[in-house]
Amino acid sequence: MWRYLLPVVIFSVLGLFFLRGLNLNPGYVPSPLIGKPAPEYELPKLKDMTSTVGSADYVGEVVLLNVWATWCPGCRQEHPYLVELSENSGVPIYGLNWKDDGDKARAWLETLGDPYVATAVDATGEVAIDWGVYAAPETFLIGRDGKVLYKHIAPLTPAVWENEFLPRIAAGCAAQPCAPLTNVR
Amino acid sequence: MIPELGQLALAISLSLAFIQAIIPIAGAAYERADWMALARPTAIGQFVFVALSFCVLANAFLSNDFSVLYVAYNSNSALPAVYKFAAIWGGHEGSLLLWIMILAFWTLLVAILSRSLPEQLVARVLGVLGIVSCGLLLFTLLTSNPFERLLPAAFDGNDLNPLLQDPAMALHPPVLYLGYVGFAVPFAFAVAALLTRRLDKDWARWTRPWALASWMFLTVGITLGSWWAFYELGWGGWWFWDPVENASFMPWLAGTALIHSLAVTERRGLFKSWTILLAILAFSLSLLGTFLVRSGILVSVHSFASDPARGLFILLLLGVISGGSLVLYALRAGRMETEGGFKLVSREAFLLLNNILLVVAIMAVLFGTLYPLFLDAMGLGKISVGPPYFNTVFLIPGLPLGLFVGAGMHATWKSMRGETLIRKLAVAAGFAVVIGAVIPWVAFGSASSLTMVGVMVGLWVVVSALFDPVRRLVSSSSSSMPFSLAQWGMTLAHLGVGVFILGATITSSYTIETDRSARPGDRWELFGYEFVFRNVRNFDGVNYRATEGEFEIRRNGSLVTVMTPQKRTYLVQQNPMTEAAIDSGWTRHLFIALGDPLGDGAWSLRIQYKPLIRFVWLGPLIMAFGGLLAASDPRYRSRQVTSRVKSRPVRVVGETV
Amino acid sequence: MRSIILLVFWLVSCCAWAIDPEPPLDDPIIDAEYQQLIREVRCLVCQNQPISDSSAPLAADLRREIRRMYEEGSRRAEIEEFLIARYGDFVLYRPQLKPMTWALWGAPLVLLFIGGAVFARILRARMRQSITEV
Repeated sequence: MWRYLLPVVIFSVLGLFFLRGLNLNPGYVPSPLIGKPAPEYELPKLKDMTSTVGSADYVGEVVLLNVWATWCPGCRQEHPYLVELSENSGVPIYGLNWKDDGDKARAWLETLGDPYVATAVDATGEVAIDWGVYAAPETFLIGRDGKVLYKHIAPLTPAVWENEFLPRIAAGCAAQPCAPLTNVR
Repeated sequence: MIPELGQLALAISLSLAFIQAIIPIAGAAYERADWMALARPTAIGQFVFVALSFCVLANAFLSNDFSVLYVAYNSNSALPAVYKFAAIWGGHEGSLLLWIMILAFWTLLVAILSRSLPEQLVARVLGVLGIVSCGLLLFTLLTSNPFERLLPAAFDGNDLNPLLQDPAMALHPPVLYLGYVGFAVPFAFAVAALLTRRLDKDWARWTRPWALASWMFLTVGITLGSWWAFYELGWGGWWFWDPVENASFMPWLAGTALIHSLAVTERRGLFKSWTILLAILAFSLSLLGTFLVRSGILVSVHSFASDPARGLFILLLLGVISGGSLVLYALRAGRMETEGGFKLVSREAFLLLNNILLVVAIMAVLFGTLYPLFLDAMGLGKISVGPPYFNTVFLIPGLPLGLFVGAGMHATWKSMRGETLIRKLAVAAGFAVVIGAVIPWVAFGSASSLTMVGVMVGLWVVVSALFDPVRRLVSSSSSSMPFSLAQWGMTLAHLGVGVFILGATITSSYTIETDRSARPGDRWELFGYEFVFRNVRNFDGVNYRATEGEFEIRRNGSLVTVMTPQKRTYLVQQNPMTEAAIDSGWTRHLFIALGDPLGDGAWSLRIQYKPLIRFVWLGPLIMAFGGLLAASDPRYRSRQVTSRVKSRPVRVVGETV
Repeated sequence: MRSIILLVFWLVSCCAWAIDPEPPLDDPIIDAEYQQLIREVRCLVCQNQPISDSSAPLAADLRREIRRMYEEGSRRAEIEEFLIARYGDFVLYRPQLKPMTWALWGAPLVLLFIGGAVFARILRARMRQSITEV
């Protein structure tokens, strides 16, 4: 009688889902911005609060937007690698300083090096919300067409750069060549 | 007492459990009395060594042995002694040991209290319990050893999570585990029946008290958790439909269906495959709960530090234990059903409906809880399914259940005339509908249709439950037989359901919650109560520093009470904790929680007026007491075997339940 | 994958509970809707709390944004779209009704219906059987 089989069949299907679930992270929030136009913004520049920096500054370029703050341990961790990328990868990095103390942030860049073309100061967190930021550090890859190609949460590492960012940059640059990339380790 | 002794004791328990799992079942299959006789001694031995292991861990905590990693993580020398003991189950490894010990304890009880049962059955039951024990002991020894060392030893410990430094929270896991680990016993009985290929009324009579006892503990355990969440967490809620809360609620639903299904099996020998399936389901859902808490596959406030490797092990356990029993069910249950008729209006029909509605409820809650996982696993995105969904959706099987509970209590076995039932209950129903519609308006000034329906159903169940006892009291006719313990149990349990429905409806509909900022000297009004913020002071507690606010509550000018909410910072972990002030009452609770200092002497406050919320916990406690009474009915202690054909007097009044 | 685990560590290092001490919005109906909504938006940092209870700075920012949108005249539907566009469906505790959730919202009714059909079937079979004790 098939109805006695039903429980074990349901159980098996559930079991398969659980098995798959063990490899997933339930708390990871994927970005709904992928494939959509990147949010527009204009904010004061960290190193010169009288002038501004914004999305208008990188129209038509492939860039990275890195969300960081001095209170974020992961940002400290990834910072040296960002400096390296800024020197060798050929991809400009823009910063978004999220709900931070301006003086501390400037001091940090003084001591540790500044990988950013410019850093925007988001004191209220409004722009971060537009980008769907919830856990610094976050790094966005923005394509030539202004669309968000990828978002990475947690410190940026060479492995992630190679496996996730480079292929997408290559695809984005296929139509029109970007600045020459070097294989950064 | 060196910690490694504890590990050794666990290993010895595993060997005993291994023997307990295999030899008696083989003995039952091959009719070897000497093999079957090993069941009881190995079960008792397993308990002794597990208890020993538990004592070793307890000693490590109480003697501040911070060379044991688990102790260092969960305790501290400044922790009060009672919480050092409770810290044993404050983390994954220790709570697993508690799980195992409680399983061993139930196994011990079965071994001791089953002298009058056939040897073959006892051998199989203890054997199945042994298999479960083996699985969990292996899991502990291989992946979650509580006796792992930290060398060099820590100077002092990490302290127990302050949230757990509370009497209700300390009690909640043991009572909860007594409940849903206890479902292993009816599970073992069900699998034993499948192995024996026989299930009769005696089996039901033997199994039912175990199911009732576990159900009772689970009811109390869940209620403790809900009550604690209300007074400790500062959020003022009592149920959040968190995945792990659901993971304890689903076995409860299954257990409720089980004890009712057992009634039919005990009385008429019917619903055999239902009963077996429900017994397997109840324990499987318990194991599922264990899996969900410790694997980290769902976002939950209850998750222990999650580890996919451990999750995989538990999933394997689940596969063997639940999957195995369900395969056995698929193969054998079909041939066990017996003939037996009943009419549309009959207790059996109501209990069948009860089974079905409860299973619908279980599946609805399970589906909602796992839906985010389903979508994520199929790459379809991430969603959340939270209280708004469950609160709405639970009413779909819930409301019909409430309606039928009221009527089903009064149905007689096999068949009765519909009009008899209607005539008996018409007045009660009318009363419930009219009073239920009126009371919310009179007490609160407005009522939504859902609120009125909820109050009507709650009243209906209460009146229906009290109908027979009250009628008996009033008429004092000596011709009717005295109520048995089982009947009192049923009455109280269903009364508890009605009380809960009333409490849940009223408190959900009429809770007033305001967040505001205030400084000492401010006063404001809430639902007829005047609140005066007197002052704020600081003081030091046993292992924390506190800031306390003092509030005077007045009504019509006279003082009702003084409430003192606190904000505590525990010295070790430095997390700020809120201790809300609650003025409890039968008709309402008042709740004040201190938020954050806003500068200039002002504080943010959460103030709540929660009508009838006591009923939310009183109802289940009454239910549990009813379960206790029912489990104590003398017929469960009788040694007769009544499966022979016997003529039984037809009983019209004082039906067995 | 490792980075995800790190991420989880930060998320889990919460989470005290907080209160939003802002005065109520002028319109009581709008204020009631606002209070209801903030209890149904998940805090993404302290993921086991709604933003009405969470002490995370992001929760305070989100409350502020939602409040501002209500003050500017938006209503719940718009605000939900705003949140979903930035954080995905995960952020709402009440799943919206869309093709992805038809099964979710429909399941309980379907289950009830199936339950009723099962009941009818079993009952019919039993009603045909003899009542006398075997």
